[in-house]
Amino acid sequence: MLTVRRFFATLGPGTLWLAAFLIVPALVMLGYSFLTRTDLAQVGGPWTLEAWGRVFGYDALFQEWTADNARVLWRSVWVAGLSTALCVLMGYPLAFYIARQDARRKNLLLLLLIIPFWTNFLIRVYAWILILRPFDLVPSLSATLLGMVYAFVPFFVLPVYSSVEKIDWRLLEAAQDLGAPPLRAFMTAVFPQTLPGLVAGILLTFIPALGTFVVSDILGGAKTAMVGNLIQNQFGQAGDWPYGSALSFLLMGMVLLGLWSYARRAGQKGLEELV
Amino acid sequence: MIRRTHPALSVWAWLVYAFLYLPIIVLVVFSFNDSRFGATWAGFTTKWYGVLFARADVREALTNTLTVAVVSTLISTVLGTLVGLGLWRYTLRFRTALTGLLVLPIVIPDVVMGVSLLMFYAFVRSGLERLGWTFDNGFWTVLLAHVTFQISYVALTVRSRLAGYGPELEEAARDLGATGLRSFTHVVLPLALPGVLAGALLAFTLSLDDFVVTYFTSGSGFSTLPVLIYTNVKRGVTPDINALSALLVLVTVVAIVAANALLRPRRQP
Repeated sequence: MLTVRRFFATLGPGTLWLAAFLIVPALVMLGYSFLTRTDLAQVGGPWTLEAWGRVFGYDALFQEWTADNARVLWRSVWVAGLSTALCVLMGYPLAFYIARQDARRKNLLLLLLIIPFWTNFLIRVYAWILILRPFDLVPSLSATLLGMVYAFVPFFVLPVYSSVEKIDWRLLEAAQDLGAPPLRAFMTAVFPQTLPGLVAGILLTFIPALGTFVVSDILGGAKTAMVGNLIQNQFGQAGDWPYGSALSFLLMGMVLLGLWSYARRAGQKGLEELV
Repeated sequence: MIRRTHPALSVWAWLVYAFLYLPIIVLVVFSFNDSRFGATWAGFTTKWYGVLFARADVREALTNTLTVAVVSTLISTVLGTLVGLGLWRYTLRFRTALTGLLVLPIVIPDVVMGVSLLMFYAFVRSGLERLGWTFDNGFWTVLLAHVTFQISYVALTVRSRLAGYGPELEEAARDLGATGLRSFTHVVLPLALPGVLAGALLAFTLSLDDFVVTYFTSGSGFSTLPVLIYTNVKRGVTPDINALSALLVLVTVVAIVAANALLRPRRQP
């Protein structure tokens, strides 16, 4: 039984910490998104929907609509989507390769995957400048895409691997015995078993790719700005906190929507496995 | 069990590994390149490491990074372990909400976490200023932010370490006359310890690596190594930053190998 005393001895301090430094800041951000910029990095009243209107492309008076923000949002989604697709292409076969090795090699290959996974993100992105600069590819959209794929492919492979590892290969043998051609046997007997890992891997790639500003900041130029760059700018040069807050909520909304639809399918256990 | 893999699959796998390690290797190689602008090879040198350690801002950022990492890891390991134990030990009615709260710092984009903390600190500051107090963003604001994203990782690592052990072990200890505290220190804690250590290592690495949250919460007078690297990279590539990056990669490799060694002797319950 969880008594109040036991709550404060175990779960309490940690959850209260998260409430104070995660939930309260989110509420402050929500409040700020309904204020206006009075000066650089200063906010003030009255309460208004201006920042939210601007997020969706309207001017302060809700009179004119421009496509600038829609373009940035669309670019964020397709750049994140394309880099996720490339991660799938690279990582899905790799997960099978690792899973089919003997224990020693498997452990080594996983370790080799985890090292870039935990190597400083900024450094891994920066390293591409050294490689791409002689080819005059920095800054460019292709450099941004390459950097994204590079940065996120380990995030994709690890969950897929854990699904492949659990595959019941007897199903494949059964399909083959029943005369299914190789592709059909794979698609009906193997692929469905990898779906949980595949979906988790896609989420773990797409979500950070959607939110990152570091890759496009370092490898892309102003023309490749994504929603993350737009947010960063509001807390840097532009100093427009209400607008930045509303943009952050939009980004967070997109992420949570994706997770929510995943959690509905995969349930509590799936959500925990994601981590 | 060894199974046949198609040769094309092996080639593909090694290409992906080459892709993963190419930039890291280039970075390390270039950190030994005797050329100021570094696009071509001009001979081997270790001078950039010397240049690096002579820079006062690098030494200061290193101290800051390590201090934040050590202190935040200590705090988050205690808080996270307690949460992990609570998740394991009790049947909770609000388990889904709690899991959601723990997953949140992991899944929300770090830029959102960074800017919301930035505004939260400004909000608290404006409140305190009415009382005649104030504070600058710096060590403390970064520390609190790091603990916030570390707690979840520690809690979930500890919980997954304990998953599979029922309450029987603790009950057995109690039946044999151990007090609540004693059964905790002699039974539960030793079981959880590998998870606690792995969680702490994870938290430490996360803190060392963090750029985005630190960038938004550190203010102008305080900088950690990743923030320093970012500001330098924005100004242009310099070989001493390559040396710094290479060193940070080395630290990560050591930490990962150590974590791997700690986690491997996992007994099957």
